Amino acid sequence: MNGAGNNEQRRVRVVLGEVAARRPPVDPARADLAEQTPVGEALVKGLVRAQLALALRLSLVVAAGLGALPLLFAVAPAVGRAKFLGVNLPWLLLGLLSFPFLVGVGWAYVRWAERNEQDFTAVINRPEA
Amino acid sequence: MNPYLVPGLVVVVLITVGIGAYGLRFARTTSDFLVASRSVSPSWNAAAISGEYLSAASFLGVAGLVLRYGVDVLWYPVGFAAGYLALLLFVAAPLRRSGAFTLPDFCQVRLRSPMLRRLATVFVLFIGCLYLVPQLQGAGLTFTTVTGGRYEWGALLVGLVVTANVALGGMRAITFVQAFQYWLKLTALAVPVIFLIMQWQSDGRPAVTPPAGPVFSATTTVTFAEDATLTLPDGSHVRVAEGEVRTFAAGAVVPEVSSVDDRRGADWLLPGGDTTLFATYSLILATFLGTMGLPHVLVRFYTNPDGASARRTTLVVLALVGLFYLLPTLYGVLGRIYTPQLLMTGRTDAVVLLLPEAALGGGHLGQFLGALVTAGALAAFLSTSSGLLTSVAGVVFTDVLHADRGGSVRDFRLATVISATVPIALSIYVASMDVSRVVGLAFAVAASSFCPLLVLGIWWRGLTDVGAVAGILAGGGAAMGAVLLTVLGPPLSGWPAQLVGQPAAWTVPLAFLVMVVGSLVTKKRVPADIGATMLRLHAPESLRLNNL
Repeated sequence: MNGAGNNEQRRVRVVLGEVAARRPPVDPARADLAEQTPVGEALVKGLVRAQLALALRLSLVVAAGLGALPLLFAVAPAVGRAKFLGVNLPWLLLGLLSFPFLVGVGWAYVRWAERNEQDFTAVINRPEA
Repeated sequence: MNPYLVPGLVVVVLITVGIGAYGLRFARTTSDFLVASRSVSPSWNAAAISGEYLSAASFLGVAGLVLRYGVDVLWYPVGFAAGYLALLLFVAAPLRRSGAFTLPDFCQVRLRSPMLRRLATVFVLFIGCLYLVPQLQGAGLTFTTVTGGRYEWGALLVGLVVTANVALGGMRAITFVQAFQYWLKLTALAVPVIFLIMQWQSDGRPAVTPPAGPVFSATTTVTFAEDATLTLPDGSHVRVAEGEVRTFAAGAVVPEVSSVDDRRGADWLLPGGDTTLFATYSLILATFLGTMGLPHVLVRFYTNPDGASARRTTLVVLALVGLFYLLPTLYGVLGRIYTPQLLMTGRTDAVVLLLPEAALGGGHLGQFLGALVTAGALAAFLSTSSGLLTSVAGVVFTDVLHADRGGSVRDFRLATVISATVPIALSIYVASMDVSRVVGLAFAVAASSFCPLLVLGIWWRGLTDVGAVAGILAGGGAAMGAVLLTVLGPPLSGWPAQLVGQPAAWTVPLAFLVMVVGSLVTKKRVPADIGATMLRLHAPESLRLNNL
């Protein structure tokens, strides 16, 4: 292999031991997580709870925004007959506006879920006082 | 016959095979493919997922349903898109972090139960077959509409082409092929719709719902496929026999046909009508929660490098799918004006294919755009059925033939042929059902079996294997029974018809309830390493905890 060409020389040999040696040093919070101590359990439970609460809150927004529409049309048929720009309101709401609404909720979720994860990472990585 | 049609279809197939062959040079094995796709950006990956997801049901079926039933069926496209939001909120990132490639894999990772794995395999096969049926139906319908040949031959032809393609490895799940298919499908609907709307403007914006009911926009000849009774606008009845041909003048009101179920006037325009609240909410539950349980959707998530990018990819998919679903509604509405004869023949699923030539005339523009939508339809059932058949055959390969030890390519081909036979036979049997209706049933089964398993498995520590098995058997089994009764059983009426025809509103809560109660009763069976599993599912990869 030696001297076979530039392409060959640029190859990087990966040795498992070296990868293992490059791992960050073990700190107490990480050890708590990995070894399933009560502190680690509590940290993970906190993250799971935060993410679940976020997902449930946003699904509530969708349930209220979209899920309530059939009921609304049934209870107040006048809403279904209302027109906006010559188009009946239900067609406009379902055929056009529902899609940007769903994307907007998804966008908010991605933002907040990543923030939850950053908070979690910050707790794990904070320097021990 | 349309002169642009054959060149258009040949170009789609050539580009598909061409990109596939180009991609194959870089990815020869499954693992090569997975590593390669990890260097693909979320937007390419998302276009690929959307390309595989937007099936014949979306491309042809939604417009057909809108033409026939009106505003109430807009919940189908909304639900098909919202399914990705549910996937994003509850499943995407943790599922990617679990490392599971298929649903049976997830059962293994989370609950380590071989029994549950076998049960999940049964459901994957059932849902996969049920979802393949409408793709082949769409193919048969397109074949009939375009060539005038028999429906059975079209379904059989495309079924065999897709089977051969997957078995020979010609259509591997390569990101760029599927991404191309997405943009092709979007273009094939978006470009013609611009011309259609311009035509509608220049025709003096004819009303979508004239007071007397839909009228023929041009002199139209209708051939009746079965015996029926026509109700003419003056209230008189006329019997027509199978194969009878009648011609209607331009401006005449479209008669109602006894053999075709459709909505007229305010029933079409306004919500409610014949559709009960129960059926609407059932449909919403099935489509919102069913997407996460479809076999070919989950496989694709493994191609994301980590949980955070799985989330971003899902968000882009939601946007791309939402963009696409703005279009079929317009076809359904314009079909009311330009192709009302479909309300008499019942072949409403063909509206997308027929509308360009019906509205723009048989000139070059109409023919060219007609060929474009047909090419898009071909892309729709090629991409979805190839992806589905690959994932179903993969499950047959590992979990039914147990070929993971020394499994050969021959075994995979056998698995492909086995998985294709049942859907092809079924698609010929259920020819008369609406494409989107059958897809709706597949969503109902997925929502009542895998949705509770995934959601509870990811978010609740207390789930046990016994609880999961009981929940899937109760909810999924009930939905499966309802589907079989709908497809094979006698026609029902009244409340039983509602409960069986749209089962999700009772089977989904049933599945959740049984799963929770079953798990609480068998608390001792919670896996001992649940803490480690939850950590793996939810902790960001940047912590690299798995390496510790």
